[in-house]
Formats: sequence, structure tokens, C-alpha cells
Amino acid sequence: MMGTKKTARMLAVAGIAALALSACGSSGNNASDNTAGGGGGKGGCGNYSLAFMGALTGDAGALGVNMINGVKLAVDEYNQKHADCKVTVKDFDSQGSPDKAPALATQIVQDSSIAGLVGPGFSGESNATGKTFFEAGMPSISPSATDDGLTKQGWTTWHRVIGNNGAQATAAAKYLKETVGAKKVFVVDDAQDYSKGLAEAFKTAAGSMVVGSDQIQVGQTDMSAVVTQVKASGADAFYYGGYYAEAGLLAKQLRNAGFKGTFMSGDGAEDPAFVKAAGSAAAEGALLTAPAGPAPADFNSRVKASTGAAAGLYTTQAYDAANIFLAALDAGKTSHQDINSFIGSYTGDGVSGPIAFDQNGDIKQSTIWVYTVKNGQLDQENPTAIK
Amino acid sequence: MHFDVLFNDFTAYTAGGLVYGAIYALIALGYTMVYGVLQLINFAHSEVFMFGTYAMAWVFVLLHGTEQVQWGLGRAAPILLVSLVAAMLVSGAVALLLERVAYRPLLKKGAPKLICLISAIGASFALSEAMGLRDRFAGWVGLDGKLDNYVSNARNLYANPVDIKPHTFFTVGGYHVSDIDVVIIVAALLMMVALVFFVDKTKFGRGIRAVAQDPESATLMGVNSTRVIQVTFLVGGLMAGAAAMLYMLKIGTTRPNIGFLFGVKAFTAAVMGGIGNLRGALLGGLILGVVENWGSAVFGSDWKDVVSFVLLILILLVRPSGILGEALGKARA
Repeated sequence: MMGTKKTARMLAVAGIAALALSACGSSGNNASDNTAGGGGGKGGCGNYSLAFMGALTGDAGALGVNMINGVKLAVDEYNQKHADCKVTVKDFDSQGSPDKAPALATQIVQDSSIAGLVGPGFSGESNATGKTFFEAGMPSISPSATDDGLTKQGWTTWHRVIGNNGAQATAAAKYLKETVGAKKVFVVDDAQDYSKGLAEAFKTAAGSMVVGSDQIQVGQTDMSAVVTQVKASGADAFYYGGYYAEAGLLAKQLRNAGFKGTFMSGDGAEDPAFVKAAGSAAAEGALLTAPAGPAPADFNSRVKASTGAAAGLYTTQAYDAANIFLAALDAGKTSHQDINSFIGSYTGDGVSGPIAFDQNGDIKQSTIWVYTVKNGQLDQENPTAIK
Repeated sequence: MHFDVLFNDFTAYTAGGLVYGAIYALIALGYTMVYGVLQLINFAHSEVFMFGTYAMAWVFVLLHGTEQVQWGLGRAAPILLVSLVAAMLVSGAVALLLERVAYRPLLKKGAPKLICLISAIGASFALSEAMGLRDRFAGWVGLDGKLDNYVSNARNLYANPVDIKPHTFFTVGGYHVSDIDVVIIVAALLMMVALVFFVDKTKFGRGIRAVAQDPESATLMGVNSTRVIQVTFLVGGLMAGAAAMLYMLKIGTTRPNIGFLFGVKAFTAAVMGGIGNLRGALLGGLILGVVENWGSAVFGSDWKDVVSFVLLILILLVRPSGILGEALGKARA
């Protein structure tokens, strides 16, 4: 950890130095910036690295740790096969915050060893940094940023290996209506890009089922005003767009106030920490959707063996995203431009499912899954696919 | 604007606001007492509260373990009492530590108030980060394996393993007031009465009022002002510890940065009621809690903080010294 900090600090210094240099008017020197590896290697084997940017600490830190473990596994497996030409992982902890991400994005695009970026983790930070990465030509594949708008910006370097919010919320509304049989649903979000996108797409899909909506703030702990409104609306289902910390508190306070309906939320809340925050009794029966299915049986043991941690939500996506970059390097693509076009025409079967991108960078085919809290635990092994 | 939402469930919004208001009020006491005595705002007081929330959760891990269960208030009562004492002791100790490290050296040298304010902000960051980095500290001394239940996920949400389920105590206007709500409000009022008695009727209280009125004369009359300042911090810490335990009883989760929002709110409550005034802190806390809940109903929950701070501005425009506006030193003997 100390090492990472030191590296980050050195990168920052290098970044400032580079800025100072470019400010001095040394023009036409961009070619070296566009080539990963910095030309320091021998025979096409530079000191390549993959960058990861996402929340490694902070309230949503558990999700980012799941992701980096997937990246580390992919790189470990690659390095075992290419012992003479190892790739390293550089992690950039944005804490999931759109305020912290831009500075890290600058560091990443200035680091000539970075072949590509797995990330950014969340939609808010993706929105805040997409332009920087696009202008620098840095190819990126996000394992988990699902905001619809991200692929409508014309950022040709931006990709994701996960279904977007529109797809997820539409499937959630369908499941709630047809499988659960809910009649009235109350919708709440936490006003962040990801959350708002999910809630708005859900409202559109649920149509007249929506009997009310409200918005809370990240970090809010007292949900009594929302709870009162939900109870007054007579809703028999509750849908929340946001992350597990607030989702857990909402579930707990709704149940304590006697709300008997279905609690449903999206992939931001699909984490065992949700059950901890809500308490196992209040979390019981909660439905959490995610555009990610269970990992193949041997994948979990590989993650455990390589990183010492269990695989979690987004680990498969991060693993697949890293593997696409590694495949590009393996195919001898070293400039950002070549890597980017390699990604654009990539087709393959990842551990998370079949992967191919449309012209916007969205994954062509994605399945939405429903996870249930059963017997006081989030059942991550047996989700149901929404057809 | 949805006034209908508010009026249809008026009691529910008011009761919910009173519960939170009571917690704000208990924290606000710490701000108001220190201000009354030293005329400075102890910005690190929010972290005193934060340490109390962890003390409460850890007592449960120590006495119950980490198994997730749901208990009623009665079943949890013995551990709750222990955790109340623990939270008050921990918060009190942190407050004393603050006074010793962040204030006394500065006050001794006669540093300007502004310097003390900066020192307080620094102490606030240090305390909050210390809690957020507790996994590293435990790792350095090789205890993280043994203390895993206490130090893991240092920055993340920390949930009390025992989920305390509220039961309806009585019903007003269609709103079920839970036993937890009653406990919180009654406990806060009792604390407040005890504190007012302490300040108004006891020898130490007289010392506090004397230092608040005129520190130099008080010293000349034989009051040990260092001691009085210490007791003031301690009492504020004890109240914050009680608030922390009541908060955990109601919400059940905490995190290292939980103090920030509560600190701002409690400080607002103290200023609104008249900073330096004990009864003002109670009144300010309750008004703030209720009004921000009403505001959430009328404008939507995302306007909650806007409503409370607009209210603060309006009150200060009309009464610049707060609603009760009477300083600690001038309280009736």
C-alpha cells in the first residue's frame, strides 16, 4: 500500500513535469504519448501496465476491490504464460468520487507505460473523466459503469462489458410486474448519475405502476420522511436506485415502520454489505438486480488462489475487460490507437458471457439477473435470469 | 411543493423529527458549553460523537459476538446500558484528550481564538482519519487478525450485529410511536435536566458559570479555571456519548465520517437556540429536527439540508443571538 502511494506521488510529480514541458511549447511531441510502453522495452516487450481506476476505499470500496481482484487474476494468468514479458497493474483509488477521479485521469494519461484502463468503476467518475481519456486517446473498458448517457457522448475510446441502466431497469420493472405481481411501486434514488439513470429508466418502464418518488442524499441516515411517504402512498413495492449503504438503511427503516411490500434495488446494492446495513431480518426477501450473472465454478477458486479474496460482483467483468487488453498486447498491438480498434472489433466468450461491442462502446448482448436475500444472506450463487 | 404530503401525515413527520432533534440537541450541548466557557467553537466535537457510535457497536461485538440477530428493546436492554456507559466514557475520554492536546497548550500561550479554531479543525480530521485507518494501526502491531471484528472494513459502513427491532409503544394520530423513539426522547430530556441541574445547582456548575462570566475574576476568586475547562469538555463528551448510543439504537450503522453531518447539524442547532445557552441547545435541536423533516415532506428529501440552513439564516436575521440568546454565564443561579 505504501508502495502504491509512493508510485502515485511519483506519477503526480512526473505529471506536473510533463505539464510544465508541454507548457514550454514543445509541440509535435505527442507521438510518444500515444504509444504505450514508452519505447523502453526490447523487441516490442515494453514495461506495459494496465491501469485500474475505481473505488478501492470509501463507502463503495467493496465493489472496487472486487474489480481489482479480477484484473489482478487476469494479469497473473497472463504473466505466468509470458514470464519474459510481464504486465503490471497500476491502481488508482478514486473512492468512486467524480471529484477525485479527474486528477487521477490526468495521471493515467500522462503515464506512457499504461496500455489501457480497466474502469472507471462508476458512472459519475466516468462522466467526469470520459473527455480526458478520449482526448488523450486512452482506451478504456469499464466493468461496471452503467449510465446510459456514457456511450452517447461520442467517446470512441470508451467501452463497457456490462449492460446499461436502461436494460437493467426495464428488466427490473418487468420482473416486478410479471413475476412478483406488484401493483404500486414507490421509486427513490440518491441523486447520483448512476442512481438517477436507473430510477428514471425504471419509472419509464414501470409507467403507471409508479405511485410516488423521492430523492435522498448520499450519506443520509434518517430515512423517516421517505418511509412516511412510502407508507402513505400505499405502495406494495419499493425500488431504489443507489448503493448498498443507503439501500440497507432504507430497507431497515421501511421494515421497522411496518412496510410489507417488495424491496428491490439495482447492482449498486447487490453486495453482502447491504444485508449487514439492513440487518438480516429487514433484508430478507429483497430483490437485487445486476447485469452480471454468477461466475463459472472454477473462476471463484482461481480468484481465491490468486488474490486470496473471494470473487464478488463485477469481478468477472473486470477479469474479462483486462483480458481484452492483454489479448491486444498479445496480438502485438501496442499503440493506444491499435488497441482501441482491436477492442472495437473484438468478439469472444468471457467468463461473464459473450463479449462484442457496438459502435458506441456498449456491449451487444447482456442478460439481467435477479439476486435474492434468503435466510439472512445474499444468495450470490443462484440468481434468476430475467427473460 | 406538496403540503398535502405533510398535512396527511403531520404526526409522523413531527415525531420522526423530534427523535432526530433530541440527538442533535445532545450533541449541541457540547458545542454550546465549550462556547459558553471559552467563546470558541470546538469543531472536533463531531468526532467525539463518532467515537461514541463505535464504542457502542463494539460493546455489542464484545458481549454478543458478530452473529446477526434481531432483538427487541427488552432483550437488548442490559447490553444497551453497558454500551451507554461505554459510549459516554469513550466520548468523554476523547473530549478530554482533545482539550489536553488541541486546546490547553494554545490557551496557555494565550493564542488568538482563530488559532484554536484551526487546531480544532485539524483535530477533527485527525480523529476521523484515525478511525478510518484503524486497520493499518492494528496491522502494524500485528493485531488485525485478533481484532478483525473491530478493525475490518475500516472506512466502510460498520453495522451493529444486533438489530434492535422497535415495537409500537402508543399511537398518536395514526402514527405508531415506537419504544425506541420514546427511549430516545425521554433519555435526551433526562440528560438535559441533569445537565441544567449540574450547571445551575452544583459547586462545579457555579465554577463553570463563573469562568463563563469572567475568567480572570473567577481565577482571582479561587476558581481553578483549567479544571473548569476540563470538566466542561468532559460533560460535553459525556452528552455526545449518550447521543451516539441513542443514534446507534435508532439507526444501527456508523462510519468514520458520520460526525461531519451531525456536527454541522448540531452546531446549527446550538446557534439557532442561542450558542452558550443550554436550554437553547435543546430548543434548537428539536426545532431543527422537526423543521427539516417537514421540509423533506414539502419539498422532497433532497431539500432537507437546504430547509434547515435557510431556517438558521432566517432566525439569525430576526434574532442575531439565537432564539433564547442568553449566555451560559448569565443563566439564573
